[in-house]
Amino acid sequence: MAEYLLEILSEEIPARMQAGAARDLERLAREALTAAGFSEAPVRAYAGSRRLTLVIDSLPAAQADLVEAKRGPRLGAPPAALEGFLRSTGVTRDQLEEIDGVYFARLVRRGRPTAVIMAEMAAALIARFPWPKSMVSGSGRTRWVRPIRGLLSVFDGEVAPFSIDGQAAGRHSQGHRVMGNTGPFAVADFESYRAELERRFVLLEADTRKARILEGARALAAGAGLELVEDPGLLEETAGMVEWPVPVMGDFDPAYLELPAEVIRTTMRVNQRYFALRKLGEGTLAPHFIAVVNIISPDGPGLITAGNARVLEARLSDARFFWDEDRKVKLEVRRDRLSGVTFHAKLGTMLDRAERLETASRRLAAYTGADPDLAALAGRLAKADLASGMVGEFPDLQGIMGGYYALNEGLAKEVSEAIAQQYRPQGPSDAAPSDPVAMAVALADKLDVLTGFFRIGEVPTGSRDPFALRRAALGVIRIALENDLRLPLGDILGEMNGGEPPAGLIDFFRDRLKVALREQGAKPDQIEAVFAIDDDDMARLTLRLRALEGFLASENGANLVAGYRRAANILAAEARKGPLPEGAPKRAMTPIEERDLHDAVAICAPKLASALAGEDFAEALRDLAELRAPVDAFFDKVLVNAEEADVRADRLRLLQAITALMRQAADFGALAG
Amino acid sequence: MSDRRPLSFQELILELHAYWGARGCVILQPYDVEVGAGTLHPATVLRALGPAPWRAAYVQPSRRPSDGRFGDNPNRLRSFHQYQVILKPNPPDMQELYLGSLEAVGIDPRRHDIRFVEDDWENPTVGAWGLGWEVWCDGMEISQYTYFQQVGGLDVSPVSGELTYGLERLALYVQGADRVYDLAFNDPQSPDFRTYGEVFLESEREFSAFELEFADVAALKRHFEDMEREVPRLLAARGRQGQPLVLPAYDHVLKASHLFNLMDARGAIAVAERQSYIGRIRDLCRGCAEAWVELQTTASTSGQGGGPS
Repeated sequence: MAEYLLEILSEEIPARMQAGAARDLERLAREALTAAGFSEAPVRAYAGSRRLTLVIDSLPAAQADLVEAKRGPRLGAPPAALEGFLRSTGVTRDQLEEIDGVYFARLVRRGRPTAVIMAEMAAALIARFPWPKSMVSGSGRTRWVRPIRGLLSVFDGEVAPFSIDGQAAGRHSQGHRVMGNTGPFAVADFESYRAELERRFVLLEADTRKARILEGARALAAGAGLELVEDPGLLEETAGMVEWPVPVMGDFDPAYLELPAEVIRTTMRVNQRYFALRKLGEGTLAPHFIAVVNIISPDGPGLITAGNARVLEARLSDARFFWDEDRKVKLEVRRDRLSGVTFHAKLGTMLDRAERLETASRRLAAYTGADPDLAALAGRLAKADLASGMVGEFPDLQGIMGGYYALNEGLAKEVSEAIAQQYRPQGPSDAAPSDPVAMAVALADKLDVLTGFFRIGEVPTGSRDPFALRRAALGVIRIALENDLRLPLGDILGEMNGGEPPAGLIDFFRDRLKVALREQGAKPDQIEAVFAIDDDDMARLTLRLRALEGFLASENGANLVAGYRRAANILAAEARKGPLPEGAPKRAMTPIEERDLHDAVAICAPKLASALAGEDFAEALRDLAELRAPVDAFFDKVLVNAEEADVRADRLRLLQAITALMRQAADFGALAG
Repeated sequence: MSDRRPLSFQELILELHAYWGARGCVILQPYDVEVGAGTLHPATVLRALGPAPWRAAYVQPSRRPSDGRFGDNPNRLRSFHQYQVILKPNPPDMQELYLGSLEAVGIDPRRHDIRFVEDDWENPTVGAWGLGWEVWCDGMEISQYTYFQQVGGLDVSPVSGELTYGLERLALYVQGADRVYDLAFNDPQSPDFRTYGEVFLESEREFSAFELEFADVAALKRHFEDMEREVPRLLAARGRQGQPLVLPAYDHVLKASHLFNLMDARGAIAVAERQSYIGRIRDLCRGCAEAWVELQTTASTSGQGGGPS
């Protein structure tokens, strides 16, 4: 068995595209292998700042031969048809076989050499590689993310030739651009390729680069009695920017520590891709940074570290300029400038949005238990920082800066925190606000976006969700669930939309909640059983589900569901024959099991209604569980389809009463059997 | 860095001229119309269009009225210098050529961390964009490196590679200075040593006041509208060889662009108007680009050689 190795050496590939490129490379290779009959061959792909690498193992030297029987004309068909068939298949008359009065030609398709197939695969996948952004270079026609500088294509130790824009693939690769032996080197197989690259200061695997960065950075921090502020996104990015990662530590003037920590960290991360450090045992930042550089200088890291430190100081100096300037203007004044900032062509300016948030925050305060005036003030000022210098420079700091500026003006702490937390939660790892004022504003922010975009028909489809509406809805759901808020979304969204909620929005919320519950491990049939109830309150729907889950885990619950299903089956069968009997029972009930069940339903109904009204869903289901014994006894002893019509009618009425009662808690019919 | 004395500001330019001149570039002078970036010089914007090969290098003083700080800020200038290189088509070893130019000015890539960091360039007023990087030296951005894909709203073929060095930044780095005004403009041992501040500080002060406080907005607006009328008129006019007057028309696009920047610096452009102004300039530029490409094509098919210049 043989190995195929492909390397596409290029100029620097954006770090953010590398992981996706490795996945796409592997996928395209698998598709090509499957089409060529090599679906078993293991595929690995690697991406780094200057190269994509693909290695395929366990390949045969050639495809297996394929034998195909090609159907021709019938015996006795006109001679012209037969001649045509012979011409098109290239066989002679005596080589034809006759099966059931039809001519067949046995055609053997010779398996092609794997080297040729690999070369074709490489050329084809390069030609249709799905880079998010690509370019042409020089007089070439091939699109790639940046100019291609070298192609290595080796099958079983030999070049599998192809060419791109006149550039021929060969057996040579190159190491690090400036370190080690920088000339091209010949490659025989993947293991030697990887080893030779490493000798030339290139770490092929992203995970190795990441581990090297993390180990080095932690060691530097520990050596200085500090702790690394870990940042997985930054780690991923820096690992994509270097072939030979070398973490170095530098420092900056401690006077800059008076800036908000978020500002320092964002400046470091966004502008310079530096890691921050904090003092051991304390939460506060230390006046140091770690940069990940791509070389080991023969003079040591001093010059490089000093250069990086100088750049960071200039950046921090800029940040301090914004911080000082921004604090000279009150948020209330800054807010006026939002009239010049368009939110969306159909949804007005940011000032319009700020006005809507003020109203909505005041209204939502009633549901979160917040002081309505504080919530309204926070909503009113929430977007003012979008017109500040700092947020202009670092959009990631929106909200956070507003919080600082509010605090600086002496506004209530609840207000500053609500402004700071308005965009939360931003993702699964981000905490949802829990203070009542902050909840009101964070809800208002998301509900306003959702109402607006649904009203103008900008609804997410498939993978397209340009306004992050799914995240907004999930944010509302998390705030409601984690704080056990009752939010009648129909009323709230109706009011925000000036009448009815925008079409599809309540369902959108219910769908997001379903997805979230499934991700948390809830069973799809149980989710469906609960969502059959017309409820627009996300926290309440979740409580219903939790109660149902507890109920079904109990013995009574599981048995009662069996009883429900039996009742529902009988009713369904009867309904097919004609309308089911309605109204109250017409006769004295016998036997005793029938009367017991009738009594149990009569006792259960008011208790259930009261538990449901009190939103004690666990209690409601415990009430239903009381029906289990009489239901079981009924089915054990009583024949529903009695011969006497009046008896049968009463018993069908009883079954209808039971199923109707139970459906108030959940659609038990939706549960999997 | 090597043992030799760091280059002065003017020596930096002379080294780059020598380096790129030796690599086939015509060494041009700055364009004599106010521009915000070296790209806008017709030697880049117009020459990037059409099929003819082209290599040029030049310094371009670049005016950014909004960045004026009255000479008070150590790093921010309303007028700074870009060193601009255009190589059409971009040669396969352009990155190596670029690294060689850094070595030529005393930045040794074996001793400094040189990195190519994703930064896709676009200039909406001239309808141009490309893919490339900002180049970092020890964490500092010293150049912009772009492979043009569109100019004047038109796809380019062949592709040009463009290098833009921020000369003040580069000089700060090479000389290890913290304030731009402290940079050695010429050799400190020369009989008449001058700092950058001695040459340009007064200009920063006066022009900051003019551009941020005293420029006459009403007049700027009128001039802008004049330019807007001139461009189509000149493109419709015909020269002695029957050609549209593309180069004069393009000058008027540049003037319109600078007038827009001045109005912007005076705070006279409402946010809502911005896009509309940019769109107007882009349309003017597109007209020039289309006329230029047509002229290039007819010139090359009618055997008149390399076209007008």
